Amino acid sequence: MSLWKEFAKGLWDENPVWVLLLGMCPLLAVTNTAVNGLAMGLATAFVLLGGGIVNSLLKNVIPHKVRIPCYIVVIATFVTIADYVMAAYFPEVHKLLGLFIPLIVVNCLILGRSESFATQNPVHYAISDALGMGVGFTWALTFLGIIREIFGFGSIFGVQVLGDWFTPWIIAVLPAGAFLTMGIVLAIFNVLKSGSTSEAECH
Amino acid sequence: MELLLVFLGASITNNFILARFLGICPFLGVSKEVPTAFSMGLATTFVMTTSAMVVWFVQTFILEKFGLPYLQYVAFILVISAFVQLTEMAVRKISEPLYKALGIFLPLITTNCAILGLALLIPLKGYSFIESTIFGFGAGVGFTLAMVLMAGMRERLAFADVPEPLQGAPMTLIIAGMMAMAFMGFSGMIAM
Repeated sequence: MSLWKEFAKGLWDENPVWVLLLGMCPLLAVTNTAVNGLAMGLATAFVLLGGGIVNSLLKNVIPHKVRIPCYIVVIATFVTIADYVMAAYFPEVHKLLGLFIPLIVVNCLILGRSESFATQNPVHYAISDALGMGVGFTWALTFLGIIREIFGFGSIFGVQVLGDWFTPWIIAVLPAGAFLTMGIVLAIFNVLKSGSTSEAECH
Repeated sequence: MELLLVFLGASITNNFILARFLGICPFLGVSKEVPTAFSMGLATTFVMTTSAMVVWFVQTFILEKFGLPYLQYVAFILVISAFVQLTEMAVRKISEPLYKALGIFLPLITTNCAILGLALLIPLKGYSFIESTIFGFGAGVGFTLAMVLMAGMRERLAFADVPEPLQGAPMTLIIAGMMAMAFMGFSGMIAM
């Protein structure tokens, strides 16, 4: 029951993107198409899981004062693994995501979960938390990618859904469109949740 | 001339925040008031310039020399976090007022993806030592520029009547989108 709770909170109630506003850089940068958003989400989820497990297991070994550099080194190792695997098996996606794969290292979501959850709880809770946050992050990225792809190219996952009558809004896939789309989507979510406004927490 | 282009490219046309999406977290988090935004920009510029130099040495004389490309991410993030720590100690020794002004922002810079992004871009672009330094400095200036502009707008926005669902993060993001559009006007001026 409790394991399920730790998993489920990442999906909506404490969603890393919509509620906690963590990991904004990859969120805005790579969500110009649904495929990119999905790939980035999965890569981040993998690092979240790997880093969460190792940091949780090492919590009694790592001295408190140097814990942040230690966590970062563990995370950077998993990012390197994800980077090399993607380069080997999905070279096209790897090329599109480019710089943002290594930048998973400094995604504050991952360090934040290691610091505030994985190292405070037993490893099986850490796994379920990491999976929940990973899935939450992935769906948020894919969702934003789908919206921007529909408006920017008239397609979803590369499949044309809007006919010739549709003039693509190029702005949606440009950097400016990322900010605008995210702002509008957040505002809509605020209306849906009626009232509770969120504020940037990550530095 | 070449160096000027590197500088302008890093600071304006490929602005780290508005065109490359690096350093969004401090951009949204620490941009409520102009003075703090400026201090954050200053601290980031300093760390960017110095770590650009250090990273160039690490890349050229350690990673490339001994054939260790797979250690790049681990090495860079360690260099950056060590360097941020060193900077903090040095600033504290050299100038107490500056330390007070930058103090709390310095540790946050480690997880600013603009710094690691900058570090990773340097080997990709194949810059020389001087070019790397200018690139780091330009990136910092561009970062500061975007931070201060954003803070200036948010200060005014405090008195504006923003619809309730848009208050806070959504409005900030929409302003950022408009700024990004304005900065798009510079694109194409310098081929990078």
